[in-house]
Amino acid sequence: MNVLAATTSTSTGEAVQFWVLGTIALVGALCTVMMKKAVHSALSLAGTMIILAVFYLSQGAYFLGIVQIVVYTGAIMMLFLFVLMLVGVTSADSLKETLKGQRWLAATCGLGFGILLIAGIGNASIDSYAGLGKANADGNVEALAALIFNRYVWAFELTGALLITAAVGAMVLTHRERITKPETQRELSQRRVREGKQVTPLPAPGVYARHNANDIPALLPDGSIAEVSVNKTLRARGQMRDVSNEPMSNVAELEGQAESWLGRVTPKRVVRQPEENGSPESESEGAAK
Amino acid sequence: MNPVNYLYLSALLFTIGAAGVLVRRNAIIVFMCVELMLNACNLAFVTFSRIHGNLDGQIIAFFTMVVAAAEVVVGLAIILMIFRVRHSASVDDANLMKL
Repeated sequence: MNVLAATTSTSTGEAVQFWVLGTIALVGALCTVMMKKAVHSALSLAGTMIILAVFYLSQGAYFLGIVQIVVYTGAIMMLFLFVLMLVGVTSADSLKETLKGQRWLAATCGLGFGILLIAGIGNASIDSYAGLGKANADGNVEALAALIFNRYVWAFELTGALLITAAVGAMVLTHRERITKPETQRELSQRRVREGKQVTPLPAPGVYARHNANDIPALLPDGSIAEVSVNKTLRARGQMRDVSNEPMSNVAELEGQAESWLGRVTPKRVVRQPEENGSPESESEGAAK
Repeated sequence: MNPVNYLYLSALLFTIGAAGVLVRRNAIIVFMCVELMLNACNLAFVTFSRIHGNLDGQIIAFFTMVVAAAEVVVGLAIILMIFRVRHSASVDDANLMKL
């Protein structure tokens, strides 16, 4: 079968494409292994997979090229990102090795394995190839369908069963049985009043008119921060940005200006916001402006 | 250029993936390296299919993709479950068979 129409070399365009994209694919693979944050790894891997899809397309595997983009980069990689977001993006993997010399051993193993594989391929001395022109004559998808639904139909049915089992298995694994009855709104409010710690709703994050980001805690009347105003997850990650220093210094400045305006101290500088001169003390909750 | 170069690339990608599985300790990254190895195998299958001039290699690559999808679904579910109990996705922390 492969004696027919044997060619020895691809077109120059494909060669150029291979050397350019192949280099990028290798860099992407290395980044997948070496990047510290899992999201960066996932994105590099997605890039490598798209390049592999281009290689499939240029090698006459049109169906597989599209499936690679749709299933791998579209579904599987997004599933990875989804789980990464659930598990916590900021949990950067510590690259400190716990087993002594593990990294060098792994690198040596990898290098040896790679040399073995490449030497094996180099020994095979394949200098001509058949090409898919004849096999793809009636269209790649039609030819694949003829094979799947004739010779490989049993394997195809089995993969269907495998997929269903996997879907059910994932649902069973991630399902959590609820042990207690969920609390209703009435019970929650009653508990709040009984405990008496925080009866009112929690304060909203942000400082009046300056920062309304979710990670910035609100300021209490005395200028200290209200920790409960920031989301619990952000607090646990230590991602709370305390901006209380700036408003507090502003307030101090305003108070100084008020003193000077009342004539207790000699004025040193021009008042910047004359409309706020009336009662600077009452501004202390909003703090900045 | 001979299509054998695709085989060399696939061998390199497979090696990088295998080294990543050995080195990394975040379970999700280990999983991604396994995906990289599977993809490298697929590239080799597609290239073999082209070298031999028949489509059986592409069929095998297709089945590999299906099995990889099933594997990812179950594997990520397991990682998620371990993370719920241990609050960590590091493979060093999962040192007991039971949760």
